[in-house]
Amino acid sequence: MHAIKLQGIRVSLDGKQVLNDINLTIKQGDFMTFLGPSGCGKTTLLRTIAGLQQAEAGTITISGREVANGETSFHMEPSKRRLSLVFQSYALWPHMTVFDNVAFGLQVRKLGKAEIREKVGAALDKMRIAELAARYPSELSGGQQQRVAIARAIVTEPDILLLDEPLSNLDAKLRVEMRAELKRLHQELNTTVIYVTHDQHEAMTLSTQVAVFFGGQIVQLDKPRQLYKHPQTLQVSEFIGNTGMQMNRLDAIVRTDDEGLAWLDTPVALLPLTAGEGLKDGLEVVLTVRPEDIRLHESKRPGSVAVSVTAVFPSGAETYVQLDAGGHQLMARVIGESEYEPGTTLFAVLREDQMNAYDKNTGIRMELKYARHNNEPGESAHEDRLSYSR
Amino acid sequence: MANKPAVTVKRPRLHNQTLNWLTNPVHLIGLAALLFLAYTIVWPVLKILYTTFLWRQQDVRLTGEADPGHFTLYHWTRVLASDMSMSLFYKPILNSLGVGFAVSALSMLLGCGLAWLVVRTNIPWKKTISFLAVIPYLLPSWILSQAWLTFFKNGKIGGTPGIMQALLHVSPPDWLSYGFVPIVFSLSIHDSVFFFLIVGAALSSMNSQLEEAASVSGAKRLTVLRRIVFPLVLPSILSGFILIFTKAISSYGVPALLGTPVNFYMISTMLYSSMRSRLTTEANVLSLTLMIISMVTIYLNQRVVGRRRSFVTVTGKDSARTLTSLGRWRYPAAGMATAGMIIISVVPLLVLLLQSFMLKEGEYSLSNLTMHYWWGGSDPDINTGEKGVFQNPIFMLALKNSLYIAGVSSVIAAVIGLILGYVVARGRQSWLGRAVDQVSFLPYLIPGISLAAIYISMFAKPTFIIPALYGTITLLILITVVKELPFTVKAGSASMMQIGRELEEAAQISGAPWFTRFRRILLPLNRKSLMSAFLLVFIGAMKEMELIILLITPRTETLTTITFYYAEKGYEQLMNVILMIIIAIVMTVYFLAVKFGKADLTQGIGGQ
Repeated sequence: MHAIKLQGIRVSLDGKQVLNDINLTIKQGDFMTFLGPSGCGKTTLLRTIAGLQQAEAGTITISGREVANGETSFHMEPSKRRLSLVFQSYALWPHMTVFDNVAFGLQVRKLGKAEIREKVGAALDKMRIAELAARYPSELSGGQQQRVAIARAIVTEPDILLLDEPLSNLDAKLRVEMRAELKRLHQELNTTVIYVTHDQHEAMTLSTQVAVFFGGQIVQLDKPRQLYKHPQTLQVSEFIGNTGMQMNRLDAIVRTDDEGLAWLDTPVALLPLTAGEGLKDGLEVVLTVRPEDIRLHESKRPGSVAVSVTAVFPSGAETYVQLDAGGHQLMARVIGESEYEPGTTLFAVLREDQMNAYDKNTGIRMELKYARHNNEPGESAHEDRLSYSR
Repeated sequence: MANKPAVTVKRPRLHNQTLNWLTNPVHLIGLAALLFLAYTIVWPVLKILYTTFLWRQQDVRLTGEADPGHFTLYHWTRVLASDMSMSLFYKPILNSLGVGFAVSALSMLLGCGLAWLVVRTNIPWKKTISFLAVIPYLLPSWILSQAWLTFFKNGKIGGTPGIMQALLHVSPPDWLSYGFVPIVFSLSIHDSVFFFLIVGAALSSMNSQLEEAASVSGAKRLTVLRRIVFPLVLPSILSGFILIFTKAISSYGVPALLGTPVNFYMISTMLYSSMRSRLTTEANVLSLTLMIISMVTIYLNQRVVGRRRSFVTVTGKDSARTLTSLGRWRYPAAGMATAGMIIISVVPLLVLLLQSFMLKEGEYSLSNLTMHYWWGGSDPDINTGEKGVFQNPIFMLALKNSLYIAGVSSVIAAVIGLILGYVVARGRQSWLGRAVDQVSFLPYLIPGISLAAIYISMFAKPTFIIPALYGTITLLILITVVKELPFTVKAGSASMMQIGRELEEAAQISGAPWFTRFRRILLPLNRKSLMSAFLLVFIGAMKEMELIILLITPRTETLTTITFYYAEKGYEQLMNVILMIIIAIVMTVYFLAVKFGKADLTQGIGGQ
């Protein structure tokens, strides 16, 4: 059963179109993350779901109930949508104690005093801040304020919990701690969570589903692992890739010949392709290879490329090795301690199945099939030529 | 389903859109506010303008051409180009402009100088000096004129001579006793506090790193002052100038006390006497000219300041600043400033207090002291039998009225200011919010006495559902609230803008309707600004004169109008007693509000 269904959502702010034709279904119990750089519309979409922003077009359905319809200008009150929102700034009321902050929603619903006390106590317990009930927000640390904000959001037992960049104001250590807390909370409460962030790491570690936003559109909707492995566009690939991981980027050209052979001409190697439809001679392609998908060998292997080590960066459990392949710099990641002298010649194998290829003009990912090196004996001479030509 | 006619699809959309628009509190309140403002401000001005172009029934007696109810330029030509226009219009307007400029310039000198001393130098006794500087603001401006008269009165209007004549046995010349000079002095002393507060706030919010950066670049001290400091505080200085100019040209009490004995009329006093001699339409023309002067000055101000709006709220944030050292002038400067402040704010008070105990004016001997004017009974020899203040039922009525008007209107004005401030702050993107912002500023352009003149004709008869309010306390409250709107709305919107939208949205998601959000979130968070607005209006209403003098009837007498009545009759001591009581009330409320309400007077004034 789906918790939220968005169809054709279009939103403008101050006459500028911010979201364009958003279609998205979020399943009950999902941890859905809206990921994207700032200004891509992800927070606007969250506010639209919450009802703080009105969609001009499209419909929003929550648990089978239509809560917003742009065509008939119907917008249900935020409070009737059975959801809670944790604001980026926490938005704790500074003139109320922690208890009153959390109790507010229940007081407005006119619950009994005893029941309120019990529910607030439970929410504070769940966030492990029961001892802070009598304090004012200004007397709390950032992390504690965050917990109060979440306690306030969950005390009304919403069907959907919306979180707007909740960790962006915390320092690095607290962020890791709160990340674990959020994961635990999601498992305990079993509610649907929508989480907005621009932090790729948060998105990867927390979510069951990630929607990547660019320019007011969802460009990819996938499980975190899929997203990591196969970003759908070059833009997404760069966005996912820029968290300290040194993505190798190779500009390549597709070549075909009269015999029906096809290969990819890259600066470091020629990669044979199984000829298929859509492979046009001269098509410009961008290849991305993650550092961990470059295998280094001391001796020559089928399909390997001769490279020389230019620098070694040991970083704890792994080692980054900078390579020079015919004038082109590559970064490889090796698990464990590896000692290479700069200048050593090694043989690198690019794991083709882990590489992603994008049409350079459109930026859209292409499915390329790479011809196997060793299973086609007749090709071996040709392969040698390919491997050693550079 | 699919072939439903288009009409039925459209109707719910329109219906929903209307519903959405109306359920938005900003729209609903904004609309109500706009209607209220249109009825209390825009409509009256238009109506007044309209009546000045029509023949009145009374005009038939003046000229045979009169044709009641038809268009004419008669009133305008009569005011602007007839044999009486010199005394009715040109002389008063020149006097008004002259007083306006002189007062603004003098207060600028006093206020800016003092602000610079207190904020930017290492002068000692800063707290004392700033406290003394605020005192004149707490007093009605014409108290100073009264004190002036006590010192410099000459035999011209009869009665006993002033202190100067009693001590030196020299009769002060007319120019020192009455007219332009004393008017300018009394108004300047009272109004320089605005400059002090506005420019002081601007100076203290200015980061001194800006000056240091200029010094490091090699600029000399005077160059820094001229090129950096002056341009930065220029908007504040200009808005102070405009504020004081418009206040001065429309002031009534001071020119009435000090100007009329020597036939020195300003537009405001001429307006009042035209009103009294039933030249209502001519008075309306004078009101409009006063408004036009105010509008032109504000327009010029906008042109000069340009896009840097002069009404930016100056935050009271304390940034790191280095103070200019006065060197060995430190203590002399502080002594002079304190002495000066005491002379202009404490001495007049003490003199008036002493006077209230003197049986016969001008006789400075111990045997002359009496409590008669405070609670004596009726004595036919003194003031034709007028009783001592505390024995006098009129005083009790006036005290009740004054407290009631000031109390009710300050609460209403503060709350309305906050609510309209909410509409202005939250509706910045919509036409409604901007309209409320602009229209609520209009009373600022209408001099109090003109507004009162408008309200007399407007509320003399019942209209629609509104009963005839003339002669009721309600009208006095209404006009006070309307006149203070520019200040309260500015303070309210400035305060609302500092409160993040999320705080309200969080409550909205929790299911709190607008009224609950306002009561439980916005009101407590704006408490300080609310208290300041309350204090500002309360003090203003307690000493209000210009605004209500035309609207008073025997039943709605207030403390200020009684004082004025006594002043006109020459019952000096009785007047002084009541002045002392007004001051006591204002001071008490001021201290209570500052101590318990954390009110800050600078917020309301500085916000202008």
